[in-house]
Amino acid sequence: MARIRLEQLRHTYRAKPAGDDDWALKRLDLAWEQGTASALLGPSGCGKTTLLNLISGLLRPTEGVVRFGERDVTALPPDARNIAQVFQFPVVYDTMTVYDNLAFPLRNRRVAPAEVDRRVREVAELLDLGPTLRHRAAGLTADGKQKISLGRGLVRSDVAAILFDEPLTVVDPHLKWRLRSKLKELHQKLGTTMIYVTHDQTEALTFADQVVVMDQGTVVQAGTPVELFERPRHTFVGHFIGSPGMNVLPATVEGTTVRFLGHPIELRPAPARPPPAGARLELGVRPEFVRLAADGIPVRIVRVSETGRHRIVEARHEDTPIKLLVGEGDPVPAEQAFLRFDPAHTQLYVDGWSAT
Amino acid sequence: MREPGALPELQPGPPEAGQAGGRPAPSAIRSEAPPRRAPADGRTPNARAWWLVAPVVALVAFNAIVPLMTVVNYSVQETFGDNVFFFEGMKWFREVLGSSRFHQALQRQLLFTGIILLIEVPLGVAIALAMPRRGFWASVCLVLMAMPLLIPWNVVGAMWNLLALPDIGLLGRTLNGMGFDYNYTRQPLAAWATMVGMDVWHWTSLVVLLAYAGLSAIPEAYYQAARIDGASSWAVFRHIQLPKMKRVLLIAVLLRFMDSFMIYTEPVVLTGGGPGNATTLLSIDLVKIALGQFDLGPGAAMSLVYFLIILLLSWIYYTVMTRDGGQ
Amino acid sequence: MRRLTWLVPALYVLFLLVPIYWLLNMSFKSTNEILGSFTLFPREFTLANYRKILTDPTWYGGYLNSLGYVLMNTVLSVATALPAAYAFSRYRFLGDKHLFFWLLTNRMAPPAVFALPFFQLYSAIGLFDTKVAVALAHTLFNVPLAVWILEGFMSSVPKELDETAFVDGYPFWRFFGRIFVPTIASGIGVAAFFCFMFSWVELLLAKTLTSVNAKPIVATMTRTASTSGYELGLLAAAGALTIVPGALVIYFVRNYIAKGFALGRV
Repeated sequence: MARIRLEQLRHTYRAKPAGDDDWALKRLDLAWEQGTASALLGPSGCGKTTLLNLISGLLRPTEGVVRFGERDVTALPPDARNIAQVFQFPVVYDTMTVYDNLAFPLRNRRVAPAEVDRRVREVAELLDLGPTLRHRAAGLTADGKQKISLGRGLVRSDVAAILFDEPLTVVDPHLKWRLRSKLKELHQKLGTTMIYVTHDQTEALTFADQVVVMDQGTVVQAGTPVELFERPRHTFVGHFIGSPGMNVLPATVEGTTVRFLGHPIELRPAPARPPPAGARLELGVRPEFVRLAADGIPVRIVRVSETGRHRIVEARHEDTPIKLLVGEGDPVPAEQAFLRFDPAHTQLYVDGWSAT
Repeated sequence: MREPGALPELQPGPPEAGQAGGRPAPSAIRSEAPPRRAPADGRTPNARAWWLVAPVVALVAFNAIVPLMTVVNYSVQETFGDNVFFFEGMKWFREVLGSSRFHQALQRQLLFTGIILLIEVPLGVAIALAMPRRGFWASVCLVLMAMPLLIPWNVVGAMWNLLALPDIGLLGRTLNGMGFDYNYTRQPLAAWATMVGMDVWHWTSLVVLLAYAGLSAIPEAYYQAARIDGASSWAVFRHIQLPKMKRVLLIAVLLRFMDSFMIYTEPVVLTGGGPGNATTLLSIDLVKIALGQFDLGPGAAMSLVYFLIILLLSWIYYTVMTRDGGQ
Repeated sequence: MRRLTWLVPALYVLFLLVPIYWLLNMSFKSTNEILGSFTLFPREFTLANYRKILTDPTWYGGYLNSLGYVLMNTVLSVATALPAAYAFSRYRFLGDKHLFFWLLTNRMAPPAVFALPFFQLYSAIGLFDTKVAVALAHTLFNVPLAVWILEGFMSSVPKELDETAFVDGYPFWRFFGRIFVPTIASGIGVAAFFCFMFSWVELLLAKTLTSVNAKPIVATMTRTASTSGYELGLLAAAGALTIVPGALVIYFVRNYIAKGFALGRV
């Protein structure tokens, strides 16, 4: 059990990579402290599964080093790294009972039968699989089978990290949150490092203490869910996280004033230095931090949608759409209104990256 | 208005519309309570079905029922020529079932089928296991392996004829040169060995293709999980590959059983059923009696017995297949 | 040890190629050379056998006849099987399970049993010695096979596809032709492959139902082999030529087969 580190890692699936696009994972450095629950979040194709497989050893990186603690494990196969991996759909050995499934990894390592029995029962207890131990694994529901997959990982007492590759994909929607809570509970109880790959921000933000957002093979931002939400360092993070995503508006800078289509916008803290000439400038502010006010940016109210917990108001200033959130009972003007952005949560983005 | 700094609320509960799993939502004509659906296999009762199956039924019935009726007719009648027939009841059946000729043919057939199954199924599976799971060479292999399956059966017989001729065939000449006394036209054992070799050459590829398809259907994740669990190759075979191939293997075994039980052309071209009777399998014997000797009665009775044996086996096949159908 | 596993398929393929090589070898030799000496490669390479076959109407006519009834049969079998397979896959109707089973039993029928009855049946309706007769006779085996294969492929297409189309207003046949059939294209490929295969290779019925006009190549060849005057070189060449359509078919459907095998009933 130790810190997991990826140093100068880069990976391509091609034999002779030509350009940047041929690299599935562009150069990155990442570290996970022991015992963290973290998530790799990103859209399909962003490289998160590749990254996971590099950590588990199913893939060898084209360049770079993978370390567990001080040990260089880059050349080691998965079973020598002491990790466990739960896949997108349940992998169970259909011919065996639940008990034998859980015992399989231990028996392969020639653990004594008494010890095997003890560990299996312990893990079955943890996962509420006790009553089904003697049943054939093939007969369980999808979430039951995923628990078996998970159990096979937990049963090895020396497991360094548990890796999840979109494990809730085949689980029924109303059972997803139950399995998710179970995972969180397990993490709190066992303190094992857990790394969870998903494209679903709800799963990532509820499960993880630390989220790594990826897009097209690069790490866009890594931080706590709150950090990602409040201070997205890239417009991509702003888009991807939060529902609805962040408003991204065209901006201009004159001297030290940041303007949105002519209107001066206050940013706190103000950008440190003026942006380079010719860069793409954008203003990012989440709908949560846009308020109706007596004065400010004039907008036309286009649509109000109910989500039950609050209301999403779509407004337009000239032709630019701006979304904001309004509470259940709060009044929304019918036609015209004014908007203000919260200066502490508005950021300037230069070529997509935050300047503040 | 939400507090700045608070995360969007994420509560347990049903997901918002649009977040559900991948299925497209049917148009919004659905009423509140869905109509009572068909049983688990999702099929709905529909009389239109009969129109759809009509052409198939017509074709097959024409080819199956009329001839079978003819056969049944012949099997219970006797003729002395001039198209005059006498009803004879079960006479032919008793004669056929009691005849040692039939018994011997049946024994030879069972022996043949047994041998080739024992060779072809394990061999086919072994080859499929040894093939790369994907890639250029896998395709090349599959194409080359499919070749014997598309060669007309008499050409297969002719090929092996040419190959096995003791004086000018590659195989015959080589075996005799190595010191064996090999002549498949005269020695029953050599004839059998050649016949079996020919069938293995001809049909093992079918088992390979089926087994390979079954193996390809196993998702990579299973192999990955097995690596993580530290499983040996034998364990992978026993717990992952074999169970997942079970269905395909069953099809392969039963297909080979059926087809070898009905085999006619290849042995006929190769040995003609000889030397003597040595390689006269059931079909060969039947054709000799029916078309050769034009013994309508016994021929028809034997046909029916033959067919009934196959029917019994098909029924077993079908039951086993549909029983496991849900897997 | 692991690295040597490729040897297994390699050796097997080699084993498969030996008789074919030998056949080709013989086909390029004159009968005299074949009977007179034993060589691994023709001493006097000759195309005479091939020339004879490609110019003699009794020979190449045989190929044309065979191709004719095989194509007829494939089209007929697949075309009738498509709607039937759809019915088995999507609908429940009185006797559906029994009908399906009955269809399968015909695939299991020994051709030897049908040889004489077919001879009488097709003579009675005046189709003896025509390609149509063989094409029809082969449907006895091929139609059930096609239905079986297609039904397997169709069952893996979710019913929601049909339902969505109907709700969207597609009439049945338009849905079937425009939407459904393209979805199971690989299944159709596999079914057509098997129909072609079984019809092309079958000898007994093809020989029984024809004599002169529609004589398939398989029959022409056996005539050569059984009469005295064992023209081995000619026989070999004829055999070699029968492999060609098969090889072409495999080449064209090779992608379908790999995909289709994995997806479908098998």
